[in-house]
Amino acid sequence: MTFGMTAEILARIQFAFTISFHFIFPAFSIGTASYLAVLNALWLWKRDVAYLKLFEYWKTIFAITFGMGVVSGIVMSYQFGTNWSVFSDRAGAVIGPLMGYEVLTAFFLEAGFLGIALFGRKRVGDGLHMFAVAAVAVGTLISATWITSANSWMHTPAGYGIDANGNFFPEDWWAIIFNPSFPYRMTHTILAAFLTTAFAVGAVGAWHLLRDRSNRQAQIMFSMAMWMAAIVTPMQILVGDMHGINTLEHQPAKIAAMEGHYETHTDGAPLIIFGIPDDEAEKTHFAIEIPKLGSLILTHELDGTVRGLKEWAREDRPPALIPFFTFRIMVGLGLLMFATGLWSLWARWRRNLFTNTWLHRAALVMGPSGFVAVLAGWYTTEVGRQPYTVYGLMRTADSLSPVDAPAVGASLVAFIIVYFLVFGAGVFYLLRLMRRVPVMEEDHELDKGPHRAAGITPGPAQEEPIREGHSSGN
Amino acid sequence: MAIDLPTIWAAIIAFAVLAYVVLDGFDLGVGILFPFFPQRHERDLMTNSIAPVWDGNETWLVLGGGGLMAVFPVVYATVLPALYMPIIVMLLALIFRGVAFEFRWRTQRASHYWDYGFWIGSTLAGFMQGIALGALVEGIEIADRQYVGGWWDWLSPFSILTGVAVVIGYALLGACWLNLKTLGDIQQRARRIAMITGVLMLGLIGAVSLWSPFINQVYFERWFSWPTAFFSAFVPLLLAVCAVALWHGLTTDKHLQPFLAALGLFVLSFVGLGISFYPYIVPGSLTIEEAAAPDSSLMFLLVGAAVMIPTILAYTAYAYWVFRGKMDPEEGYH
Repeated sequence: MTFGMTAEILARIQFAFTISFHFIFPAFSIGTASYLAVLNALWLWKRDVAYLKLFEYWKTIFAITFGMGVVSGIVMSYQFGTNWSVFSDRAGAVIGPLMGYEVLTAFFLEAGFLGIALFGRKRVGDGLHMFAVAAVAVGTLISATWITSANSWMHTPAGYGIDANGNFFPEDWWAIIFNPSFPYRMTHTILAAFLTTAFAVGAVGAWHLLRDRSNRQAQIMFSMAMWMAAIVTPMQILVGDMHGINTLEHQPAKIAAMEGHYETHTDGAPLIIFGIPDDEAEKTHFAIEIPKLGSLILTHELDGTVRGLKEWAREDRPPALIPFFTFRIMVGLGLLMFATGLWSLWARWRRNLFTNTWLHRAALVMGPSGFVAVLAGWYTTEVGRQPYTVYGLMRTADSLSPVDAPAVGASLVAFIIVYFLVFGAGVFYLLRLMRRVPVMEEDHELDKGPHRAAGITPGPAQEEPIREGHSSGN
Repeated sequence: MAIDLPTIWAAIIAFAVLAYVVLDGFDLGVGILFPFFPQRHERDLMTNSIAPVWDGNETWLVLGGGGLMAVFPVVYATVLPALYMPIIVMLLALIFRGVAFEFRWRTQRASHYWDYGFWIGSTLAGFMQGIALGALVEGIEIADRQYVGGWWDWLSPFSILTGVAVVIGYALLGACWLNLKTLGDIQQRARRIAMITGVLMLGLIGAVSLWSPFINQVYFERWFSWPTAFFSAFVPLLLAVCAVALWHGLTTDKHLQPFLAALGLFVLSFVGLGISFYPYIVPGSLTIEEAAAPDSSLMFLLVGAAVMIPTILAYTAYAYWVFRGKMDPEEGYH
């Protein structure tokens, strides 16, 4: 089962496939965990059952997403060793501790308090339950911080030395963690996760508003989601711009690939809106260009110099086609998100946020936009990093395990079958849960679950009278 | 035995692996026992008893893997390719097992398929972990910091034996957990299963113990020569104590004692392995010293581990405390 490909290509496909599936779950659950914390806090503060109902509604969806994130994440933590053992051996002393800290400070925190957050409200009382929900949310953010730090180090390595065997060793942990691209990448990634959740929540709210515009829960989630869209999208565009400038400084070849520039422009590079980059011909075909705009965006000067791919030897260049298109998909979706946010502000001002059917349809269509944008952005940065795993220092081809192509091919096929089966079913169940109307009644057949896993007779904290709508709290 | 950073880290990694084995051991064991509890309400009770804690239990596996990459990168980079297929199969099995907790509630028509997934996933994960252990005990071929053996080296009569032993051991832990968490008919059956798997487990521990000294001369010397023979004599003695405690607890309606005794069996078997391995981390190929990352890496992560691992143990204990006591059949599904 090699499909005529080398072990290296198969291992890269396997990594891309497994991490793509993995990434969409945390991208959603990072935002959802924070959303749940906000909903629970609002319920405790205002004692409005609508917030409790929303918390319970999204909690079930979060539990499934988080579960899929956990099991697909365990795969990632072992794949470095199975498929990229030379990388693990050579860079493990630097990158391993970052992941070790992720496990120690984030994974255990999330997993330890998840049970209480999901099933424990009546056992521990409102205060400790809120603490558990917040701990899960904080855990997801800590996790995102460490893993983007590790990833950023591979893009912009710093604070390291290389010993006689060619192994990386740490010299300055502060420089390693806060490597040059880390602050930008971390902010960009976390905001992307928030936007992913915002547009998913907004789409669910819109879907239910299209059916019943008086549904209060749907109104609340739609309104909250649209505030996020209106406020966070401009922030994200700003951070994205700064991230791009940082990349131009540290990985100019990646920028050249993203922009489809083969030639260096010293008197102002055009912005190529569309084209088809061709690495063989070293030319972007059918280019539609706006003069000088490329330099203006990247260097904030009309005549700023933008280097083209021809400045690097062929074997040191990233392939241009994928970053070129995925970058445009990401930016295009970002602009659509921005437009949706503006539209919602306009609708809010005109007081038709909950009755504007066209806005609801647009928000529904935008539901998956965050997931697509996150993946597109990820492909842009990771393919643009090629042909290196540790940028400029260690090549992807030199990172591979001494594995045979058939072994990698067979495991790749197994991963593809299992992931489509399992996560396909999971996404189906998620969509079915999102289709449930967020109402006050608690007679949803599918609302049952491994709730409040039982134990001893509830203590005093759990014996307080069940509030209206509270009995569905599980 | 010098107390230096690599030794401390070997102890921490060993602790993480042991924590994983006993904690995920009992919840994988509950899955392994699914065929003996065919009723829906029984399975609901079983999965509900582990739903709040399984994720935390599995995180120790990530610490074992991630930690290994950080502090013994060459071990991570050689053992995982050597155990390529068992590891991949284990990961896929854990996927089926992990998603089943939620998925089996999200559908009525296909629920029993996810129950199959839960059972097969749990069993296969345990079996592959046992195979990995057996293959490691047999030793893996390493040259120039790379694995140089073949793709089927892990498969041998001995590794199959250890695979079976781990599945039986997990089933014992799972049965003792059910004895602890349930009452009535389920508890009765769990107790019978615990007796049978307990006897099998002791037999398998004996078989593996008698076999392994002949795999590698080092093990033989370790077990039968002074001063380590002093320790290796204690292990069987304490195993016998645990076995008696297990049997006594199961026959006299004790609820916690059998679970603790089964944990004791695992801890002692693990200590036995530790005695066999030391000072190697990959038997016969890599010692703890030569496999360690630079001290700066070990120190950096040790600071975090020294603070975080006690904290983790504290809040994990708290989570178990919150969900303590017997399962209420009325509470779990309504």
